[in-house]
Amino acid sequence: MTRLTEFRQASRAWLQANCPESQRLPIVKREQIWGGRRRIFPSADAQVWFERMRDKGWTAPEWPTAYGGGGLSAAEAGILTQEMTALGCRPPLYEIGVWMFGPALLEYGTETQRQEHLPPIVRGEIRWCQGYSEPSAGSDLVSLKTRAEDKGDHFLVNGTKIWTTQADKADWIFCLVRTDPYAPKQAGISFLLIDMATAGVSTTPIPLISGESEFCQTFFDDVRVPKGNLVGELHGGWNVAKALLRHERKLMSIMGTMVEKEEGNIIDLARQYVGLDAEEKLRNPLLRHQLAQHLMRAQCDSLTTERIQQQYKHGQPDNNLPLIMKYLSTTEQQSKDELMLAIMGNRGLSWDDATYTENERKLVRNWAYNKAHTIAGGTSEIQLNIIAKRALGLPS
Amino acid sequence: MNMVLNEEQVLLRDTMKAFLQEHADVSAMRTLRDTKDPIGYSLPLWQQLTELGVGAIVMPEAYGGLGFGFLGLGAVMQEMGRTLTATPLLSSVILGASAIELAGSARQRQALLPAIAAGKLTLTLAVDEASHHAPLATRLALRETPNGLRLNGTKVFVLDGHVADKFVVVARSAGDAGDSHGLTLVLVEATSPGVTISRTTMIDGRNSAELHFENTPVNIDDLVGAQHSAWPIIEKVIDRGTICLAAEMLGGAHELFARTLAYLKEREQFDVKIGSFQALQHRCALLYCQLEQCQTAVQSALGSLDSEASDIALQASIAKALVNDCYQLVSNEAIQLHGGMGITDELDIGLFLKRARVCLQLLGDTSYHLDRYATRLNF
Ligand SMILES: Cc1cc2nc3c(=O)[nH]c(=O)nc-3n(C[C@H](O)[C@H](O)[C@H](O)COP(=O)(O)OP(=O)(O)OC[C@H]3O[C@@H](n4cnc5c(N)ncnc54)[C@H](O)[C@@H]3O)c2cc1C
Repeated sequence: MTRLTEFRQASRAWLQANCPESQRLPIVKREQIWGGRRRIFPSADAQVWFERMRDKGWTAPEWPTAYGGGGLSAAEAGILTQEMTALGCRPPLYEIGVWMFGPALLEYGTETQRQEHLPPIVRGEIRWCQGYSEPSAGSDLVSLKTRAEDKGDHFLVNGTKIWTTQADKADWIFCLVRTDPYAPKQAGISFLLIDMATAGVSTTPIPLISGESEFCQTFFDDVRVPKGNLVGELHGGWNVAKALLRHERKLMSIMGTMVEKEEGNIIDLARQYVGLDAEEKLRNPLLRHQLAQHLMRAQCDSLTTERIQQQYKHGQPDNNLPLIMKYLSTTEQQSKDELMLAIMGNRGLSWDDATYTENERKLVRNWAYNKAHTIAGGTSEIQLNIIAKRALGLPS
Repeated sequence: MNMVLNEEQVLLRDTMKAFLQEHADVSAMRTLRDTKDPIGYSLPLWQQLTELGVGAIVMPEAYGGLGFGFLGLGAVMQEMGRTLTATPLLSSVILGASAIELAGSARQRQALLPAIAAGKLTLTLAVDEASHHAPLATRLALRETPNGLRLNGTKVFVLDGHVADKFVVVARSAGDAGDSHGLTLVLVEATSPGVTISRTTMIDGRNSAELHFENTPVNIDDLVGAQHSAWPIIEKVIDRGTICLAAEMLGGAHELFARTLAYLKEREQFDVKIGSFQALQHRCALLYCQLEQCQTAVQSALGSLDSEASDIALQASIAKALVNDCYQLVSNEAIQLHGGMGITDELDIGLFLKRARVCLQLLGDTSYHLDRYATRLNF
């Protein structure tokens, strides 16, 4: 038996023994486990599940054990994910620090910074948010204006960030700030860590079309930030920013596995709402074809992820292939959402009216919420720009 | 499902690529078309290819097969799609021989498979009867008469039907058009009494034929598999053909895309390369996404044939439906992005466009496969 097979069997047995039944049910948004100073576990089972995973370091499976992580190789972590998916285990922790910030800090942080910030993330004690976008710097991120002035023993930060997901609940923010306003745009940016509890930091939630308000505008008024909170070189923040964005895009392409899903698969829902004719075909031939097309494409999307992994395993990686995944999976998700609404007809038009079922309301919420996926983490158009330049070598 | 080639398969692909570029690039197809070649493919080339083992890639090893698997065969089909190489690989080796391999008697297999692999014998599958692929709708009748079994009816769009030595004919021996019960596979010599063959020249410069059978006698030894119950075999045979055809089409689409990209990097208007226009960049990026999605569909379907997976039929329909749409789109975009040059016969773009349209209809258009897929998943 190979080492990986052993690992698979051991982790399967462990998960079976340690993941509470309730944590293997389909994901429900209000039961997601988030960390932070003000964390509240959605249930006792959720807390048990989180703590058991935390103690194995499997809230951040690939991070070194020295920082509280699981110390798994990429192959082992892949197996762990497969086994968790097979058992239906919910993610033990939803945390931007795990997904994006930590990996970038491992690459660019000093040893002191890693020691300070990584273990609290693994333990779900500190919740992070991302301060990149600004009102006038979205896709054109390098035009950001939030200013950090060098005041000798500290930076003085002034400016505003927008679309900061969960900023009102986060404890710390990693920010791109302008430290040299005279240098060419990219060369004047630094990567700074700011404790949200510092005087002068404030947040205002922004209501969204999904009826929620997950983002905030974040304001910095004369915020004093210690020099030691600079990650990477002074004015060298753009490199850190790009490394982190790669992790963000990877996350966005697997987002579908981490969000709340409708109950029952789409075929059953179509049978239920559209009805079947005497030959057991959906009564609406156009929807029937659209559904077939969607299922075909969705299957190919997940198989493409598998193909990328197989290429790595066989030592024949195609580095351009991962570039298409964010675009493909987010657009496919949205066409599924539109199809879902079409299938439900007038039953797919409310998210709060009590005469609609919980599942109907959930599907409508998801439809509205998922509109964000082709915008967040670099819009679809920006993804196409990247594909055209990097994969296809088209000229500027 | 393994979707990645192993070392031997990579070697096979690279050997074929080099060979085709040297001996059978797109200009060879052009010559066949311009000279109205009576066969429609080059016999010496087919001979060379079979000597290289192309006919034996997936044959069972007992009949001289090489065991490269369908992933290997698919890689070769893709290369042939890139060079638009006309051969009876699909008609004879993939469709014809598969019917014999999967349902034939030991005697039939022994007599036919090695000869097909060696390119000494050409077989083809005769299935379609009307304007669209619909194997279940078969009407061509196989009936018991006082003088023995007789075939009556018409087949159309029979690949290489005008030069094949034998046909594997999908016939209805019982039931009505639409029934899956009552279908039988029959092996018929091209020279049998009552067979009339007329060649059909199509836009892609290749050939198919229309076959008429009038009281054609059928020997009981020439049935392939059991009477009335051939449907599962027919599906398997056609699935193999569909997946390999999708591989060929994908190769063609990749080639067209590569040529289009090259043109975008070379052609200048408004004092800049036209490839710097974002409107065109995004169209190309979208094509790339679709091409790679199709590559996954094709590799996965080929892999499912190699591992004899349970969902081959679904995978075949996914591959064909997606590749149909992709090749159609890529060929249209290729013309548009080449401007006026795109619609000249001087460039090869049009040759790919026409091959694409023939392939789209062959073994099922997109709506056929969407319908088949939905039916299999009970919706
Ligand atoms: C759910 C969600 C969560 C987010 N979370 C965070 C967060 O936590 N922290 C954070 O900092 N930011 C966050 N963002 C912000 C996100 O990164 C930006 O919204 C995104 O980068 C786009 O910027 P913008 O909204 O200013 O749009 P704009 O850049 O103004 O874009 C408007 C339109 O113009 C197009 N466009 C812009 N430039 C080009 C170009 N060069 N070529 C072609 N088309 C172009 C865009 O594609 C888009 O269609 C989040 C966004 C969403 C939706």
